[in-house]
Amino acid sequence: MNINFKHEWIETNIGLMAVLTMLAISVGGLVEIAPLFFIDKTIEKVEGVRPYTPLEQRGRDIYIREGCYTCHSQMIRPFRDEKLRYGHYSLAAESQYDHPFQWGSKRTGPDLARVGGKYSNEWHVQHLVAPRSMVPESVMPNYPWLMSTPLDISDAAARMKALRKVGVPYSLSQAEYDANVTKFGETVAKQLHIPDAQKNLVEQANFGNYDGDRSGISEMDALVAYLQVLGTMVDFSKYADDAFVADR
Amino acid sequence: MSEQKLQSQTVQTTGHAWDGDLQEYNNPLPVWWVYTFYATVIFSIIYWTIYPSWPIGKGWIGGVSDITYVNSEGETKTHSWNTRALLLEDLNQAAVAQKPYFDKISAMSYEQIAKDPEMNGFILSAGKALFSENCAPCHQAGGQGVIGFFPNLTDDDWLYGGSYDTIHQTLMDGRRGYMPAFGEVLDGEQIDQLANYVASLSGISHDSTKAAAGNALFHGETAACYYCHTSNATGRKDMGAPNLTDNIWLWADVPAADAAEGKVSAIRNVIASGLNKGVMPAWSGRLSPEQIKVLTVYVHELGGGQ
Repeated sequence: MNINFKHEWIETNIGLMAVLTMLAISVGGLVEIAPLFFIDKTIEKVEGVRPYTPLEQRGRDIYIREGCYTCHSQMIRPFRDEKLRYGHYSLAAESQYDHPFQWGSKRTGPDLARVGGKYSNEWHVQHLVAPRSMVPESVMPNYPWLMSTPLDISDAAARMKALRKVGVPYSLSQAEYDANVTKFGETVAKQLHIPDAQKNLVEQANFGNYDGDRSGISEMDALVAYLQVLGTMVDFSKYADDAFVADR
Repeated sequence: MSEQKLQSQTVQTTGHAWDGDLQEYNNPLPVWWVYTFYATVIFSIIYWTIYPSWPIGKGWIGGVSDITYVNSEGETKTHSWNTRALLLEDLNQAAVAQKPYFDKISAMSYEQIAKDPEMNGFILSAGKALFSENCAPCHQAGGQGVIGFFPNLTDDDWLYGGSYDTIHQTLMDGRRGYMPAFGEVLDGEQIDQLANYVASLSGISHDSTKAAAGNALFHGETAACYYCHTSNATGRKDMGAPNLTDNIWLWADVPAADAAEGKVSAIRNVIASGLNKGVMPAWSGRLSPEQIKVLTVYVHELGGGQ
């Protein structure tokens, strides 16, 4: 062959080197990430998963604001010890409406993927205000201001609109609302309707009274409402042990 | 100079010269490194054929390795290798080891389990693990509870009953405490009278004139406390209304208040604002029937089982 390849060609041509470097490092992503968008079984077919209500969504924003994710993951891995402690392993389907998802590979506190319903609202409130009053060995910081800070509900609709832009099926039009009724049922669809965001938020907070204080809606109301829904949407008693094995 | 010339003849250089005489050797890779690299390439090809690997269209290559296990119904199941199947294999192997114990637990009555030394050992270790993860956050590691929030499980005072059956029911379905806020229907004077009466029931120093008036309110139709707490104030376990005569406190932090007035005031606060707490979650959806049975015996044995 006449072509005598030399590294020197690349090494002395910065433009060519940049293009080839980019190609080389994108292979990993192309092979590992891109196929997930095309594989049918990436998101398991499972009933019950819905987007968060306006109140839960505000709670999730507070969860992220306070950096809860730096110590708590929301991803139960398929190991026996995790199943015994936290419950069924997390499904991709369960975080399909999370932007960004709260998975993680580092825990200082326990995993929270299925904390919903495990403790009472009053436990969560007391534990967030003063963790060591409930769990003496805890290293979690105190979050007393959640109780005393009124929840800013003025932008509830705007936050849902932003999530709608990245694919969460919150509805703006009647047609979108009707589609949600078909997909999630009427009760859920009403909660997902952006024009009613503030009304829905106030109703849920007043009815649930998550922080035990009826005088107003605090950030605690929103955060506890969010924590209490985590991992509760799928009823795993309806599925066989190996229902999700063929998906992987 | 002659040495330099010799090297430049045996080792190839990149051909460049900087500053007149600075040259860069172009040494070949060490042989061991090259063969290790080839070995990793071969390893990866073998790995691809054994385990799930390359995506193809809407699916992927499953790999030739399988996972086979016997499930709880005794059926042999085979799945192509993945971590979820691996978990099932692990769980079912563990279940086989624990099966003799759990079979015994299902078959035995609570009393039989409590009397059997071997089963008792199993309850202590398995129950402690379950209690630590699921119950201790509220009831604390030793079951002593937190005044004002969660009941003590080690004494013989029970809101809903301390028999095996009622403990089991509490675990399965959860509980929800409720007492109306009497601040909305009674005036401050009346609430003070009631608080003094309730203090008198437990032998706490009180104002006996107020207590006498409180007695009338307690048994009259205005406050009607006797509806839930019964006319001798010993409570109703079917609705979780506590016994008021035993000087054991959960909601009003009477023990912490030092002066008599502080103790009465703690009781007054509970009467005035009522209770809409005392929520215990239901565990039937989270724990298996055998696990709940283990916990029932464990809690019963914490000290106060009846």
